[in-house]
Amino acid sequence: MATDHELRLRERLARLRSVSLLGGARLSTELDKLERQLARLAEETTDEDIWRSVELARHQDRPYTLDYVERLLDDWTEFHGDRGRADDHAVVAGLGQFDGRTVAVIGQQKGRDIKDRIDRNFGSAHPEGYRKAMRTMELADRHGFPLITLVDTPGAYPGVAAEQHGQGGAIARSHALMARLDVPVVACVIGEGGSGGASALALADRVLMQENAIYTVISPEGCAAILWRDAGEARKAAAAFKPDAAHCLELGVIDAIVPEPGGGAHTDHDAAARLLGEAVHEALEELQPMAADERKRRRRGRFRSIGVYA
Amino acid sequence: MSSPRIDVSIEHRGAPGPPGKRHPNTCPKCESHYRDDELDANLWVCPQCGHHFPMSARARIASLADPDSFVEEAADVRSEDPLHFFDLRPYAERLAEAELKTGLGEAMVIGQASIEATPCELAVMDFAFMGGSMGSAVGEKFSRACDGAAERGIPLVSVAASGGARMQEGILALMQLPKTVAAVEDLKDAGGAIVSVLTHPTTGGVLASFASLGDVVIAEPNALMSFAGPRVVQQTTREKLPDDFGLSESNFRFGHLDAVLARSELKPYVARLLRLFSHNGD
Repeated sequence: MATDHELRLRERLARLRSVSLLGGARLSTELDKLERQLARLAEETTDEDIWRSVELARHQDRPYTLDYVERLLDDWTEFHGDRGRADDHAVVAGLGQFDGRTVAVIGQQKGRDIKDRIDRNFGSAHPEGYRKAMRTMELADRHGFPLITLVDTPGAYPGVAAEQHGQGGAIARSHALMARLDVPVVACVIGEGGSGGASALALADRVLMQENAIYTVISPEGCAAILWRDAGEARKAAAAFKPDAAHCLELGVIDAIVPEPGGGAHTDHDAAARLLGEAVHEALEELQPMAADERKRRRRGRFRSIGVYA
Repeated sequence: MSSPRIDVSIEHRGAPGPPGKRHPNTCPKCESHYRDDELDANLWVCPQCGHHFPMSARARIASLADPDSFVEEAADVRSEDPLHFFDLRPYAERLAEAELKTGLGEAMVIGQASIEATPCELAVMDFAFMGGSMGSAVGEKFSRACDGAAERGIPLVSVAASGGARMQEGILALMQLPKTVAAVEDLKDAGGAIVSVLTHPTTGGVLASFASLGDVVIAEPNALMSFAGPRVVQQTTREKLPDDFGLSESNFRFGHLDAVLARSELKPYVARLLRLFSHNGD
């Protein structure tokens, strides 16, 4: 479990990183100092800590997208349908007032009881869901509304109809549209960030991640089934590919960790929403003054520089 | 020489099953057997039944580019092992083995070429290198191919063959989706055209990123292209899958492809597109 000390360090680091990105590089000494401290702390992230994140990210009482929408937005107005085929309940999209200005919010939505979970398809979207997201992105871009995305999905739905309706292409185009937006975009992984179905909503100027969220290339069970030939080895798989927020921050995949109330977001939805709201507010404040072209150039550059190779 | 087993240790949901004891040059459809040079002379298509064998990146480039026109770029880009990933074997060992087996540094080869005298940039994947999986090195090479095309004002032709993102690189592999998409968008903004060719199999993260974003998207016959592979879909839905699940012909019918072309038709078709995009159609 990350200590308060570590969280404060990470937040400061994240802030310094973004400041030096925006302004000069005068802060590099302090940045180096913080990075060193963090590197030391990261060594102490144990396999148990990682698995705890996996469990908390999937906790049935964890706040979902609409729990945050309800607490952070006024005048929430949800949109329905992809204007072609269907309304995918695994994705919610709409407009509301955040900090006194209109914003667009898109997120995956899970259900809490069995009936609701089935209705939301466990947060696994069909292509129709990504198309609903895309029409909302276009609307936001046309009207100049900042976009906030909340990522919480085990993955895009693997079904026959989903494939026939173009799941791969829809996910690709959702990424592409986010790379073209002129408005500021802030994404936050609030639970499970599962594979392409998650990153399709996270090609943002600032990518945040809650303390106990996970961001993965494949589910720990899926990875274990393929590499260990045994889905029961999920703990080993998770320990090997390190989907926790601390590691994502170190790898440069996310820009900042959003703290959760002690014990996890599920213990106090109001506090979790307040902390998320503050982080999103801060990110938007940084992004808003930038020229649209410059913001877009940096957004693409941010992702084009991710990777470790020789 | 006995065949090396196809490595299934990637996000490999859609790829064909292990070949068992069959020799790689034995046609899985009609059981005819060929020497390397016989298949090579016929674009790795079975002369008996028309089955398309997997094609290495080098053979693919030879089949598309004009003779001696290909100049490789970024050949020295190699994968690292940032997570020190260890499943049943270390990732570093798997990489070394893949390089020995294929003679390639990574699962993608990029460079400049001309096709029927029209210059273009090529980005060609090789399924034999860890199932054509996309990690940081593949993402970087594709990204540089987009820049190369943009700088020279020429179209990009990509040939995909991939089981998806490379699990051994964890979240960094997933980040190659937004990375390659951002590179495509930069190329498109620079006025560049992209022709995307999908070959068997193109699944997971590669289908869900650059491979689906061509101005024109075409595929070889009977190739699997799905976000989730048949086995995952079967296990999740418990439904009987259609016989042509995820195949090129099905994708064409549902409107996801501009054409399904036999390998022999590929070069003339791509060449025609390149002329059209280069405004040299006459």
